[in-house]
Amino acid sequence: MRKSNSTLSKILKYIGKYKFLMLLSALLALVIVALTLYVPILIGNSIDLIIGRGEVDFGGIIKNLTAAGIMILITAVSQWAMTYLNNKVTYQVVRDMRNDAFEKLERLPISYIDSHAKGDVVSRIISDVDHFADGLLLGFTHLFTGILTIVGTLVFMVTISWKIALVVVVLTPLSLFIAKFIGTRTHDMFTLRSKTTGEQTAHIDETVGNQKVVLAFSREDESIEAFEEINARLEKASLKAIFFSSLVNPTTRFVNNVVYAAVALTGAFTAIATAGSSVPFTVGQLSCLLSYTNQYTKPFNEISGVVTEFQNALASAARIFELIEEEDEIPDAPDASVLTNPNGEVSMKDVSFSYTPEKKLIENLNLSVKSGSRIAIVGPTGCGKTTLINLLMRFYDVCGGEISVDGTDIRKITRSSLRKNYGMVLQETWLASGTVRENIAMGRPDATDEEIISAAKASHAHGFIKRMKNGYDTVITGGGESLSQGQRQLISIARIMLALPPMLILDEATSSIDTRTEIKIQEAFSKMMVGRTSFIVAHRLSTIKNADVILVMKDGNIIEQGSHTELLSINGFYKELYESQFKTVK
Amino acid sequence: MKKLAGFFKGFIKESVLGPLFKLLEASLELIVPLIIADLIDNGIKSGGGDGTYIIRSSLILVALGAIGLGFSVTAQYFAARAACGVTTGMKNALYRHIQTLSYSEIDAIGPSTLISRLTSDSNQVQNGINLTLRLLLRSPFVVFGAMIMAFTIDKRAALTFVVVIPLLSVVVFGIMLGSMPLYKATQTRLDGVLSRTRDALSGARVIRAFCKENDEIQNFKEANDSLTAMQKLVGKISALMNPLTYILINFAIIFLIYIGALRVDIGDLSQGEVVALYNYMCQILVELVKLANLIISITKALASAARIRNVFDTESSMKYGTSVFTGVGSGIVFNNVSLRYNGAGDNSLASVSFTAERGSTIGIIGGTGSGKSSLVNLIPRFYDATDGSITIDGRPISDYTKDSLREKIGIVPQKAVLFSGSIRDNMRWGNKDATDSDILNAIEIAQGASIVEDKGGLDAYIEQGGRNLSGGQRQRLTIARALVKKPDILILDDSASALDYATDANLRSAISRSTDDMTVFIVSQRTSSVMSADKIIVLDDGEVIAIGAHEELLESCSVYKEIYETQFGKEDGANA
Repeated sequence: MRKSNSTLSKILKYIGKYKFLMLLSALLALVIVALTLYVPILIGNSIDLIIGRGEVDFGGIIKNLTAAGIMILITAVSQWAMTYLNNKVTYQVVRDMRNDAFEKLERLPISYIDSHAKGDVVSRIISDVDHFADGLLLGFTHLFTGILTIVGTLVFMVTISWKIALVVVVLTPLSLFIAKFIGTRTHDMFTLRSKTTGEQTAHIDETVGNQKVVLAFSREDESIEAFEEINARLEKASLKAIFFSSLVNPTTRFVNNVVYAAVALTGAFTAIATAGSSVPFTVGQLSCLLSYTNQYTKPFNEISGVVTEFQNALASAARIFELIEEEDEIPDAPDASVLTNPNGEVSMKDVSFSYTPEKKLIENLNLSVKSGSRIAIVGPTGCGKTTLINLLMRFYDVCGGEISVDGTDIRKITRSSLRKNYGMVLQETWLASGTVRENIAMGRPDATDEEIISAAKASHAHGFIKRMKNGYDTVITGGGESLSQGQRQLISIARIMLALPPMLILDEATSSIDTRTEIKIQEAFSKMMVGRTSFIVAHRLSTIKNADVILVMKDGNIIEQGSHTELLSINGFYKELYESQFKTVK
Repeated sequence: MKKLAGFFKGFIKESVLGPLFKLLEASLELIVPLIIADLIDNGIKSGGGDGTYIIRSSLILVALGAIGLGFSVTAQYFAARAACGVTTGMKNALYRHIQTLSYSEIDAIGPSTLISRLTSDSNQVQNGINLTLRLLLRSPFVVFGAMIMAFTIDKRAALTFVVVIPLLSVVVFGIMLGSMPLYKATQTRLDGVLSRTRDALSGARVIRAFCKENDEIQNFKEANDSLTAMQKLVGKISALMNPLTYILINFAIIFLIYIGALRVDIGDLSQGEVVALYNYMCQILVELVKLANLIISITKALASAARIRNVFDTESSMKYGTSVFTGVGSGIVFNNVSLRYNGAGDNSLASVSFTAERGSTIGIIGGTGSGKSSLVNLIPRFYDATDGSITIDGRPISDYTKDSLREKIGIVPQKAVLFSGSIRDNMRWGNKDATDSDILNAIEIAQGASIVEDKGGLDAYIEQGGRNLSGGQRQRLTIARALVKKPDILILDDSASALDYATDANLRSAISRSTDDMTVFIVSQRTSSVMSADKIIVLDDGEVIAIGAHEELLESCSVYKEIYETQFGKEDGANA
């Protein structure tokens, strides 16, 4: 409860900006309800003035009807204005929230992104915000007007005839009760239906999703059999769920009809009993009450819908705020310097690091890299190669010790200048939405076309880019899913071949490229690496033999260090790794 | 839609009775205002002394309600039955139809499209049928019924209805149908916001490495603003609905009462009848709004139905012969074979010619996109060659029946896919009648005995897609699955890529030991996998650049030599 209260106050903060508009909207709602309820009275008054042949008071009728006409116009304009305001506020609040959430995404530490399911974060920004918007809009439009309508109707009914009002108040909850009763009873049927639907979707995903395998093994008949079995069960489950839930409307309508009849009955008797008295209950009043009776139950149904929607909206809002309130990455130190044209001397002193405190990963790592040298990192999966890169780029900060570039602790360098000086190609490459050209020019947006093309040629990406539909202007979407992993790697290699930063990080940069192209790219890399400090992670040992220093990592530690020939001569872990690649060849 | 209409067969009774009962219910509703009028004129105004008249009228109202409830429930039942029955039949037929499609059609339509035709589109259709049967006749019936009843009361006053109904229809339908394309545009813009968000997550490292955070925020805000603008526009238009209909209906009521007053004054109409006219007017609006909502659902359902029909209209492009394929006698011959996929700009294979003798092992090597998989997919006729011919023992492969080809050719696709079920179930994909010893034998050859042991026997459960297995384990089991068939031709399409070199080598030697007469095709990027083959085909860009044994190719083919050296290194290659 406490939590939802605080969520509510956070929501109010977002809405607070539009306080004035909200107030206006509330006033309009008041006007609308009052007038909507008053119009039937005017109509009823007019009906009372039509008594019979020659007994019609035209003067009075015209007066009443003119008043009604004016009110109708005012109501309509107010209705439009209120809906417009509510939409405006809702969509702007939603926009503000999405912007804040997205900005947060760009400021979060990488560790958050690494440790949270992507789908979950996306659904917070997309569907949770949408649910919230629905709830908010519905709340604005229905909750307030609904309550006002109920209260207003009651007041008007009581003023006309408290006895009849009592009949309505006592009987209407019956329809709400029935709706609820059916709702809980059908819950199990809906659960069964969703379960069966889920089963069927899984079967479809599996078989149709892998239709080629099904065909290759002639499994068509078995798949059909299984599908039809599930489908038959689904038919039964759906029939029940659909039928029983569709009973709500007819039954509540029946209850309303009974209420209607009860009003007609009591109304008629009251009319007869009071006929000729000083305050007669007239036919016009009866027809007015009947129209109220029709209106009265509607807001109840709407409000009960609004309440569930609103609860969902609160839950969604809480999930959005959870994201928005995450801690930012530690900001750059106030005295952080800007790294420009570094020599590329990198050193690590007593570095220790772990993703979770319980599980130590890197401990007391020491390393000193001379400017312009080529460092290869090898080791089995999970030994900490990629972690080392996370630390160099400051995607994560060390837990102990320090990493420095040109003698400055990287925590005293602005992140952006540190990262700009590294060229990075990762195994899991990602391309930005935009054209191929924009992607290559990511590190140097001012590059000319000639420079872009020559970078693409150097990375052997030019060939396939040219064959794409719009060449360099082909638009890439969804991180580059229409390209093969190898092609994506080639484009991201072109990126750094264009930017030519002083230091390089290549993490399995050519793992998805066929071996012949890889060789050619290696040549280009070799040229580029001259004079640039480079860190290379590769599983194919043949590609790193020329490194100045090879670091052999195991369980977070550097266990061997030296050149290829030195490492082979010490007969250690490296030699074992190296030979395992070849020993099984016949 | 003719084709889809066929699925209503067997549910004609339901489809007629559903709407019929709805109409009965609606006609009862139309009687209510008459009863109220009667109650006013005869029960209240003419003294009505003892009140029995009033009580009777009220009881009739309740009775009408109860009968209406009965009709309505019956109608809902028939509608639900028809909707569920028709869609179930349609889905069964659709699923069956999908099973008849060949690889080309699956490529053209795409598995994800097929899946959504069977799921969300079918649901849309079901919902559409259900609502149509319930409401499509009812709403117009109530609207026009109210008008006709008004005419029976008073012709002049009823003319108001004739003017108002078309006006209301224009407003309601105009706004709903007019804003539909805008809703679609909103969805597109929301997709834009969605993809920016996805980008920010999948590209987090790259975005930060290139310091593009602020650019991304800027881009997101633009996408978000354009979404908001569209939402507001839609909101503005749909906000017109309530006020406009409110004005129309209420002005009509004012007009009706004034006319009513005139008619009562000259004695052509009673007070109760004016109230009845008023009540009929009120009934119209509710039904028109329902009808407009229904039309939106129906439009969606029809669009889904059209998409489903497209799948039904797609026929398999492959015609099979009648000969039964019993195995390779002398050899498989590719003669100048070219392949161009539907819609592709260029050939994926160009003029490929070679012969594979019975019992031989053929290695196929080349870079990514060189056409290796395309080549082996032609052998089981997953695709037909665009040019040239493929013959087995001199007979074109198109002469054989589909089942006999599939039965005798075992293929292990690149993507190692397993299905939910036990290991045994999965293995029996190869041969329904395989015994446990057949299965274990195949797994043994595929170097998978340890997997079965680890997982605890053939009954061990494999999750959907084989999630609970590693890539290498999946590959070995898919190889075993093909071996359970005891195929005459075995195709391994880069299916050992996740295996380490030792296992890969053991696998190949186990296969060659256990199967003397089997013709084997091995596709790989690794020279070590193909070097012991009888014949190695080197592909580059869809063309054969050399065919020969390992030693020959090392001498004569520079591309092959290059691949070999990149994998073994120059000096190591020499002692390998």
